[in-house]
Amino acid sequence: MEPQRPDPDALLRRVQAEEADQVRGKLKVFFGATAGVGKTYAMLQAAHEQRRDGIDVMIGWVETHGRAETEALVHGLPALTPREVVYGGSRLRDFDLDAALSRRPQLLLMDELAHTNAPGSRHPKRWQDVRELLQAGIHVYTTVNVQHIESLNDAVAQITGIRVSETVPDSILEQADDVELVDLPPDDLLQRLKDGKVYMPEQAQHALKHFFRKGNLIALREMALRRTAERVDQQMEVYRRDHAVVGTWPAAETILVCVNLKSRGPMLVRAARKMATGLHARWIAVYVQTSKHLRLTEHERSQGVDTLRLAERMGAETVTLTGDDVSAQLLAYARSRNVTKIIVGKPLRSRWKEWLFGSVVDDLVRGSGDIDIYVMTGEAGAGKPLVKGLLQRTSERRNYGYASAVVGACTALSVVMSPYFGQANLIMVYLFGVVVIATRWGRGPSALASLMSVAAFDFFFIPPYYSFAVSDVQYLLTFAVMLVVALLISRLAAHKSQQAEAALIREKRTAALYAMSRELITQRGVDKLASVASRHIHDVFHCQVAVFLPDRERRVHLHRGEALHFELDPKEAGISQWVFDHKESAGHGTNTLSGSDSLYLPLLGSHGAVGVLAVRSSRPAELLAPEQLHLLETFANQMALALERARLAEETQEAHVQMETERMRNAVLSSVSHDLRTPLATIVGASSALLTTTRPLSTESQQELVRSISDEAGRLDRLLKNLLDMTRLEAGAMQLRKEWHALEEVAGTALARVRSRLATHPVSASFPEHLPLLHVDGVLIEQVLINLLENAAKYSPPASPIDVTASVKDGVIVTEVLDRGPGIPPGEERRIFEKFYQLHPDREGGVGLGLTICRGIIEAHGGRIWVESRAGSGSRFRFTLPIEEKQPTVEPEANERDRAAT
Amino acid sequence: MPSATTHDVTVLLIEDEAEIRRFLRTTLPPYGYRLYEATSGGDGLAQASARNPDIILLDLGLPDMNGTTVIEKIRAWSTLPIIVLSARDQEQVKVQAFDLGADDYVTKPFGVEELLARMRAALRHANRPMGDAVEPVCTFGDLSVDLGRRQVFVSGTEVHLTPIEYKLLTTLVRYAGKVVTHRQLLKDVWGPLHIEEGHYVRVYMRQLRNKIEADPAQPRHLVTELGVGYRLRTE
Repeated sequence: MEPQRPDPDALLRRVQAEEADQVRGKLKVFFGATAGVGKTYAMLQAAHEQRRDGIDVMIGWVETHGRAETEALVHGLPALTPREVVYGGSRLRDFDLDAALSRRPQLLLMDELAHTNAPGSRHPKRWQDVRELLQAGIHVYTTVNVQHIESLNDAVAQITGIRVSETVPDSILEQADDVELVDLPPDDLLQRLKDGKVYMPEQAQHALKHFFRKGNLIALREMALRRTAERVDQQMEVYRRDHAVVGTWPAAETILVCVNLKSRGPMLVRAARKMATGLHARWIAVYVQTSKHLRLTEHERSQGVDTLRLAERMGAETVTLTGDDVSAQLLAYARSRNVTKIIVGKPLRSRWKEWLFGSVVDDLVRGSGDIDIYVMTGEAGAGKPLVKGLLQRTSERRNYGYASAVVGACTALSVVMSPYFGQANLIMVYLFGVVVIATRWGRGPSALASLMSVAAFDFFFIPPYYSFAVSDVQYLLTFAVMLVVALLISRLAAHKSQQAEAALIREKRTAALYAMSRELITQRGVDKLASVASRHIHDVFHCQVAVFLPDRERRVHLHRGEALHFELDPKEAGISQWVFDHKESAGHGTNTLSGSDSLYLPLLGSHGAVGVLAVRSSRPAELLAPEQLHLLETFANQMALALERARLAEETQEAHVQMETERMRNAVLSSVSHDLRTPLATIVGASSALLTTTRPLSTESQQELVRSISDEAGRLDRLLKNLLDMTRLEAGAMQLRKEWHALEEVAGTALARVRSRLATHPVSASFPEHLPLLHVDGVLIEQVLINLLENAAKYSPPASPIDVTASVKDGVIVTEVLDRGPGIPPGEERRIFEKFYQLHPDREGGVGLGLTICRGIIEAHGGRIWVESRAGSGSRFRFTLPIEEKQPTVEPEANERDRAAT
Repeated sequence: MPSATTHDVTVLLIEDEAEIRRFLRTTLPPYGYRLYEATSGGDGLAQASARNPDIILLDLGLPDMNGTTVIEKIRAWSTLPIIVLSARDQEQVKVQAFDLGADDYVTKPFGVEELLARMRAALRHANRPMGDAVEPVCTFGDLSVDLGRRQVFVSGTEVHLTPIEYKLLTTLVRYAGKVVTHRQLLKDVWGPLHIEEGHYVRVYMRQLRNKIEADPAQPRHLVTELGVGYRLRTE
């Protein structure tokens, strides 16, 4: 029989978790039903044990509440100095996270996990401090009461009637490596309370006495016990999975909770979490954004965001969907994620309204197939009375005015028409008016128009005229039908135009995103990309934008791109670094440093963070609306990917350059050592021959030897000069000392210098008269000409002429050096300007730097140098030098007579 | 080629490099020069006042003080010719040396011929009184300048110069064989107000060359000392 094999996916997950654990610190939670059960005491005792085993234990924060037994335990342990915070005139002492991170004890004690930090701390909550400590590899012992657990918060509040605002996300408890239940039977606890062994602040005594009733204590204890038992269950399951214990496997469940709408969202989230934990299921919180969303108040919108955030804290994955058919969107998404259970709130709409407009729950149930639908207690506030809902002002006051005017116009038209047309046709005129209003100005004005139309129709066209009284009862039916039809039409028309509007907004966003992507593709370089992206984000979100980019040491710095008016608050200097290091967003609207007025988003590429995006809006609520935030994240993603791409390209480039440099260095070493040694060998050899006195040399031989010493020394000098020039060019140390020069003068000195080496070549130098003066470094340009002339002499047959000429062309002076040598082989015209490149390495007495130096010098002057092989034979080296637009002026001489005479 | 003087010319060499000193110690005496050696600026200044040499060869890179400081101190009491021995690419220092009163320079590495030519030119100039006492007619190859009549001839044909061109030429004639810096030319020809207008010299030098040089691009008389100044070639 085949042995039971462990589920490979599950094993992989466990291995990954274990790998993460090796760098993460371990968390042990001392978990209790209420205050006073002795959690702190138990924690301190455990800490002492660790210390005896040689572990570096330290107290990060412990509340002894002045109890002698606890204090005695505290005294034996080193404690971190608390941070002093001045807030509102009073001094507060609080845990110092940075000190802990720099001190790095092996184990840190952090009492009261649910504690809220002093204002101005990095994190608002202590559990976030703990999370950061764990990430830094520090083990942590902490304490928490059952009433502080986020998902149990409601239940505890229901039992005890006291709601605590300080909560800890369930994930912290779930990810804890160890949870130790500190249990005390309720009777014992009450006894301790009576003995005054439980600390109670004076002002809260009454409330707390109410809290510490036996019934409450039993219920809380049960909750704590059950919670711990659930964990044990999970551990058991992990064990069974690892060891392939035969048994039933719960199918992988996925729960989806739709948190649409308002105040009951959090209830649904908590319920979903409870169910997910019970089933060990993944769970997803979904918010469906409909076109109605546009009409919601800011408060209502932010409720939706808050609910999603709550779900995220409780360990859910959160998703925002867009579409008008809520049920269809939900089902489609659920199918794509293999969701097995959907949780929705119970609708509080009236039956007839459901019949008229449909019900999400009905549609869901009908379309769910094999997905289970759970309907939980309701969405309060959804059931507004119909008329109130219709009359609720959803549009600007002005639009109601327009609506009234249209009804007036319809009435005027009907008055004209009434002698010739029947009443049925007049009704049509009014209905047409309502349709126009609905499509132009929305639901509110059209509803008003519906009512006004009925009233006007009654007043003007139903006998008795000019009165709302009705003589014939059957008209009441006419009114009723007219009103219902008008309202229905107005609703449908308004709905359609809203959909169009929503589509338009979506369209605009897609276009904005597309525009940015398109521009990002065309840009190169991290700096440029950052500037482009921040400009687009600024344009779309109307906010101040800043980008922080990391340097080699992974410290982020503000990228000064285009001026987008982002004033960096020095107090916030550390946020960007924190966001970059932790790959989490921070600042306004988040859990970290929420006191900041800017929002910091990490720019995450596929290989980690590539930067930080900071935005600050004068209307932060608008920016934090879920759809905006979602869009901002999409922009940030696009930006991050582009930045990462650019960074990778730069790194590849750098690696390439480094390789090239390495190759070059080897070439230099071999080339230089060879080229320097050859002349040295001659010098040493010849001079030693001259020094030898045993066999005297003839005067002729002596002369010969001395000449070769002199020649080789000259060659050595030129080589060194080239090498030095090259080194200075490469190091960027070549400073141009620009002065006004006449080109023929510079060429003249160059010719004079190389004359001895050009001996056999007739050189003609001809320059047009009145060449503009050049603003150049004369010595360097002379060097260029010297190198070109020497090259020409070296490569052309003896006694062949060399020509130097110049001409003015398109704002530059083109200088040419022509020889009658063999020319440059096709395809080599560029390479000969490369460093250490030689056409015939064995024949030449140089290092292949001459032309490279020329190119360096000419390019430093903003010119260009190239070679053309001349038809027949010879090469034509040309270089350009820019003519300064402002030529210097020379005062003309007062006495021109003499010159005229010449 | 022995020097024109009958007695030995005394040369003070201020140079810290032993090999250069050895090279000159062996090469100069056969040409009729007696060499005194100093290895530092301080030593050089002391010997200069004690021995009162005919000419000083001064290295600019000295261990104890800047070569330019040495020139400055010597010029405080003496006009004896000073030839600077400079390394390449020191145009800036060269100009400074000239402005402080150095007479000429040779660039290391240099050949003995070149050095001797410079020394001869410097000594000749030093032995001649300055200013108007210069011979009325000076001849340099095919070029002759009659200072008395204010006439210039090339190969016997008179050349007409503008007043500034003439002044430029005569300034160079006055220092014939020596380098005259741009600053000095500007000061002497155009006056101290135009000392920064470097391009003036270039423009007028071009005009002057066009009139008196056979091939202005490869001048025989008016030699450019790139980055430093001009020199009227005497041989």
